[in-house]
Amino acid sequence: MAQVKETPLLEMRGVSKYFGSVNALQDISLQVNAGEVTCVLGDNGAGKSTLIKMLSGVHSPDAGELLIEGRPVHLPNPRAAQAQGIATVFQDLATVPLMSIWRNFFLGNEPTKGWGPLRRMDVGKAKTIMHSELAKIGIDVRDPNQTVGTLSGGERQAVAIARAVYFGARVLILDEPTSALGVRQSGVVLKYIVQARDMGKAVIFITHNPNHAFLVGDRFVLLKRGRMMGSYLRSETSVEALTEMMAGGAELQQLSDELAKLADAPDIEEIAKEARELAQGAEG
Amino acid sequence: MTVTAADFQTPGPAKAGDERLAHVGRATRLLMRPELGALLGAIAVFVLFMATDATANHLWIHQTGFAAWTQQASVFGIMAVPVGMLMVAGEFDLSTGVLTGVTAIVMWFFMDKLHWNAWLAIVGTFAFAAVVGLVNGYVVVKTKLPSFIVTLATFFVLRGASVGGVLKLNAGSTQVSLTGSHYSGMASAKTIFGSSFFASKALPNGYQTADIWFVIVTIIGAWVLNRTTFGNWIFASGGDANSARNVGVPVARTKMMLFVATAMSAALVGIISFTQASSAVSEQGVGYEFFYIIAAVVGGCFLTGGYGSAIGAAIGACVIGMAFEGVIYAGWASAWDFTFLGVILFLAVGVNTLVYQRAMKARR
Repeated sequence: MAQVKETPLLEMRGVSKYFGSVNALQDISLQVNAGEVTCVLGDNGAGKSTLIKMLSGVHSPDAGELLIEGRPVHLPNPRAAQAQGIATVFQDLATVPLMSIWRNFFLGNEPTKGWGPLRRMDVGKAKTIMHSELAKIGIDVRDPNQTVGTLSGGERQAVAIARAVYFGARVLILDEPTSALGVRQSGVVLKYIVQARDMGKAVIFITHNPNHAFLVGDRFVLLKRGRMMGSYLRSETSVEALTEMMAGGAELQQLSDELAKLADAPDIEEIAKEARELAQGAEG
Repeated sequence: MTVTAADFQTPGPAKAGDERLAHVGRATRLLMRPELGALLGAIAVFVLFMATDATANHLWIHQTGFAAWTQQASVFGIMAVPVGMLMVAGEFDLSTGVLTGVTAIVMWFFMDKLHWNAWLAIVGTFAFAAVVGLVNGYVVVKTKLPSFIVTLATFFVLRGASVGGVLKLNAGSTQVSLTGSHYSGMASAKTIFGSSFFASKALPNGYQTADIWFVIVTIIGAWVLNRTTFGNWIFASGGDANSARNVGVPVARTKMMLFVATAMSAALVGIISFTQASSAVSEQGVGYEFFYIIAAVVGGCFLTGGYGSAIGAAIGACVIGMAFEGVIYAGWASAWDFTFLGVILFLAVGVNTLVYQRAMKARR
């Protein structure tokens, strides 16, 4: 463990990203170790998605550098990131609904056989691998030709994660994997995260849910309006502290005061009364 | 009381129904395959013209009828297959029709004005088409404008150039042709592209070599679309370009290559028609781009991209070929073939919508 910490598997040093005049991210530094779950927390617009898009090769940083095992790397496109062993489960899952499960699973990484003009996808191999990989995370696909569009949200998430685990030899990035899921399915996804960690992968878990983060996280990086608010080890923080930092304690207090004021205002009372009358009229 | 009983019973049969749906699903999915729908349509059209055949010896079901409609279908099909694949990738090409004519004129230009050997002219014609396709693809990919608009512009540019160019080069005539037999390589080029085979007593003119090219293009198209990595990328580019890009599919390159392939197929049709007739007319092929799109849609290609079949598009081309010839065999006024095609298009779009709903229906 101590050895790993000397040279982190993945490191960002002073990374910034601008979109026109907008500073999407400014001076971000973080370290990701193998066999650890690093949680990136932040509210909407904090820059979480921009951060992972740089790690997965969708965007290039405008300043700062990315290092893999201490060596600076340039990731011009998603393929380059994949080649470095970085696999990402995007928030929209990056699946194509009209395509079958096996075609989606291997999209961009199709196994081939044959040479020259006869080089073709190895469909049998693709289906076998997809079947066993999905079985590993507890999903039994009856028909590999079924389109992804016919799967439920949780199943689709599982396909995307299984794909990332299969192709991501070292680093697995999950962008808000639990945001669209119910409590039970979220639990299943958190289990996949722990599984991947135990396989020795570095997991980066992006979320705005501190409860989910604290269940699985080893490190917590907080983002706010494109800047780093802090980086904490599990032993240094708690769910309450994370929640408070994310929401901003002072802001939360202000919001609470404003709401209280609104409730006191007479016109609110009036509106509420009218609404009650209308509702009664509709019932009658 | 009765109401609550009914309410309690509903979940039971509904569940059983769901289970059965999963089983029937496989059979219907086979029926819903794009090729199969098109094939059933083609059989229906064939039978319709068999029934309405008004020729003396009922030639529709003989070699004569077969040769006649395949002659039409082949030149549509060589285009419908790549046009369908381009539609699967989510793009349109409206410059395809006029390009089949322009490439014929270009081949004439190389041979008659530059005195090139026919085979060199063929290479030059393919290269010309490749450049047109590359321009189409590059502009679509770089500007992110709808390909409908970009290729509409190309269509008008080529249409104007074909008229203006022919008038200028050919002293005011709208037709260009090779006169005499002193053109080197033309005889062998005609054998490969523009002649016929299997001539017999029953069928003095035989079948067109274009039929063979049609089959070759269809096999290549089906192979590429269903079995190769590139085919996987075509489906993904049209199905969800953003997701495809995120998992490393080179969407821009895929689309550009398809535009080039489509334009080069247009060159093949141009070369076939020029070697058949040794002549070409300005504005030749104008309006055909819609037949190619109809054939692709009849073959199960979605207008919205992401789904379709090369074999289906080929069958769609056969339906169009049969429609054009069948109307003549039935003795109807030939103007009605457009109406007929319109009705077929309506039906095909209806079937495609059903397929789409089935493919996207979430199973929970």
